Amino acid sequence: MRRYVVAVALLGLAACSKDPVATPGASGPITVKASDTSCQVERTENGAGTVTFAVKNEGTKVTEFYVYAAGDRVMGEMENITPGLTRELKVELPAGTYETACKPGMIGKGIRGAFRVTGSAAPLTADAKMAAATESYQRYVKTQSETLLVKTQEFVDAVKAGNVAKAKELFPIARTYWERIEPVAEIFGDLDPKIDGRAEVIEEGMAFTGFHKIEQDLWETGDISKSGPLADQLMVDIKEIVTKANAEKLSPLQLANGAKELLDEVASGKITGEEDRYSHTDLWDFAANVQGSQAAVQALRPVLEERSPTLVTDLDAAFAKVESTLGKHRKGDGWKLHTELSQTELKELTDVINALAEPISKVAAVVAG
Amino acid sequence: MVSRRNAILAAGSVTVAGAAAVALSRSGPEHAMAGPGDAVEFYGAHQAGITTPAQDRLHFVAFDVITDDRAKLVQMLRDWTAAAARMTAGRDAGLLGAVEGQPEAPPDDTGEALGLPPSALTITVGFGPSLFAKFGLADRKPKAMADLPRFPGDTIKPEISGGDLCIQACANDPQVAVHAVRNLARIGFGVVSVRYSQLGFGRTSSTSTAQATPRNLMGFKDGTRNLKLEDGAELLDKHLWVQPDDGPQWMVGGSYLVSRRIRMIIETWDRTPLAEQETIFGRTKGEGAPMGKAKEFDEPDLSLMPEEAHVRLAHPSSNGDARLLRRGYNFVDGSDGLGRLDAGLFFLAYQRDPHKQFVPVQRSLARADVLNEYIRHTSSGLWAVPPGVKGPEDFWGSALFA
Repeated sequence: MRRYVVAVALLGLAACSKDPVATPGASGPITVKASDTSCQVERTENGAGTVTFAVKNEGTKVTEFYVYAAGDRVMGEMENITPGLTRELKVELPAGTYETACKPGMIGKGIRGAFRVTGSAAPLTADAKMAAATESYQRYVKTQSETLLVKTQEFVDAVKAGNVAKAKELFPIARTYWERIEPVAEIFGDLDPKIDGRAEVIEEGMAFTGFHKIEQDLWETGDISKSGPLADQLMVDIKEIVTKANAEKLSPLQLANGAKELLDEVASGKITGEEDRYSHTDLWDFAANVQGSQAAVQALRPVLEERSPTLVTDLDAAFAKVESTLGKHRKGDGWKLHTELSQTELKELTDVINALAEPISKVAAVVAG
Repeated sequence: MVSRRNAILAAGSVTVAGAAAVALSRSGPEHAMAGPGDAVEFYGAHQAGITTPAQDRLHFVAFDVITDDRAKLVQMLRDWTAAAARMTAGRDAGLLGAVEGQPEAPPDDTGEALGLPPSALTITVGFGPSLFAKFGLADRKPKAMADLPRFPGDTIKPEISGGDLCIQACANDPQVAVHAVRNLARIGFGVVSVRYSQLGFGRTSSTSTAQATPRNLMGFKDGTRNLKLEDGAELLDKHLWVQPDDGPQWMVGGSYLVSRRIRMIIETWDRTPLAEQETIFGRTKGEGAPMGKAKEFDEPDLSLMPEEAHVRLAHPSSNGDARLLRRGYNFVDGSDGLGRLDAGLFFLAYQRDPHKQFVPVQRSLARADVLNEYIRHTSSGLWAVPPGVKGPEDFWGSALFA
């Protein structure tokens, strides 16, 4: 959806956005052996600074690796580690306690382990916490957009190869990475409708292109013999938006508003089944929007904990409620179709989103102080 | 600066003049209304919105409780009470208001009532039977809250019936009533969820002798024999308010509300000859006089009416002296897809014990009333309406949750 984005001034952070990184980390990457049932982290303690994890997927399912700070704030993550693959993740970690997690099958809370970082790091000042929020979210955008490129390419390849079944399977997966970072994508007003516009929002004189046009071809007619150029254009646009998104620094206020807007997307587009009207894969987008919203809130967590601990408690409870309610509609590695949900189930989802969106709408004011 | 408070001050002189022009003959007791734009007192022994002279507009909404956390529900009732006290006084729902909060925060009032006077807004809360199955309230469920029986001809839709809580918002300006419900629903997110709601646009009963008897969508005067504000404490205590001997204690001073959405098949009714319409009701259509009498308020002689006339079947003397305080509203919810107006009466009736009052009356009506050919009951609700909020420290249901 296209949305008019109001530019919000950075809160005077530019001058003091240095990360309080102490000594460089211990030498050599930390090996992580990820299987379908275990997550063996070679060392569980390290000096502060840049910590490198080499994650090897020894299992049969695609996995992910995360480093979390308190409250599941993502400090670093590596998505889409296919079986047999080893990928490196570099994370900037100040002294503190963290958790590592492997997520075989890319679902759930993952296989967790404690991780301690030692060294001297000065406590963050208020401004530094704000700057850290921006940087934390930038890291999130970076990892998500990297995978977005990979998954969109796979989808585009399947479309161009005329492989309808494969393309249908990849459609909601590629969109997951798109929907998680939509607040950044929406800043680029001209690209967003080209990539994600729905038939009715396309302005006069503009062609209906992007994910949803290909979705229509895949599900409505099943004829993608002429969809090749659309797929190529989608890839071009995605590459452009990823470059732009990574160059963008979202202010803490933009993060707060982004977290709320993602839930608005859920309430207005996904629960109604408007977003993916041909494929009915709205629940993938739903889950991704909520995860993206949570990532933005988590980036702000140190600020919120200081200024409004009760809001943090409310948000944690409300996010957990959304997660458990949505979790009822898991199907295999994905989700049920929108059309498989009863009116009662959709209402229950609406209720938990409303319950979350109200406290989230208070985050911006807390951040603005 | 736009604020409802200022608007009220500005409107003050107008409403005083308005009241004088209307020249209400009675200075009524609690919850009486001076002028159509004025505020109705929120605090009192009984909730406002029952004997308050019936306002012109209704927004009724039923909620399901969606939390298991009793403390959250109680906190919401406190928040609701505080917001209702403000809104009925013509102020914003929240402390900051629609336009005076932080620019980065969503306003704590939605704003559509800015500049509007209090408009006699009343907000009345009731508890549904299903609430007593939760939060360990089973032993506090009043006997009077036993399920209503199924009546012959009922076509009740479960999705627009029942509920854990209800709010009846009445005002002389529809926007003020909608504003109240919208803000309370917003405060309730995460604790309650709207189950169904109903807008009503014209009162179908008068609850004060200062009011003329209005007409329902069948074109007949409705509620001529209604219980009214001026009936005096003795009659109201007998028929309307829960008494200490009735129990439970938390309901004393409260009342029981029955809500029924009654769809009217108005197209076929309109093709019915005038004489037949009058026979069916037992009153004349123009004056509203009982059959064989000249004036609306003449005492009906039931022997002059057919046995199945609506007025005769519903009359207290046919139902063990059962009387009701009716407070219903006309509704038109668009059309039904078959080219007919989806119209009717949202029936609201308050009483001391529904099983001794509404139930026998509705039994006689459902069994014999010729009117049944033209109406369908599509929604049903039974609500325990607790006594009034005593003051700023008190809240709706404080005694129930004590």
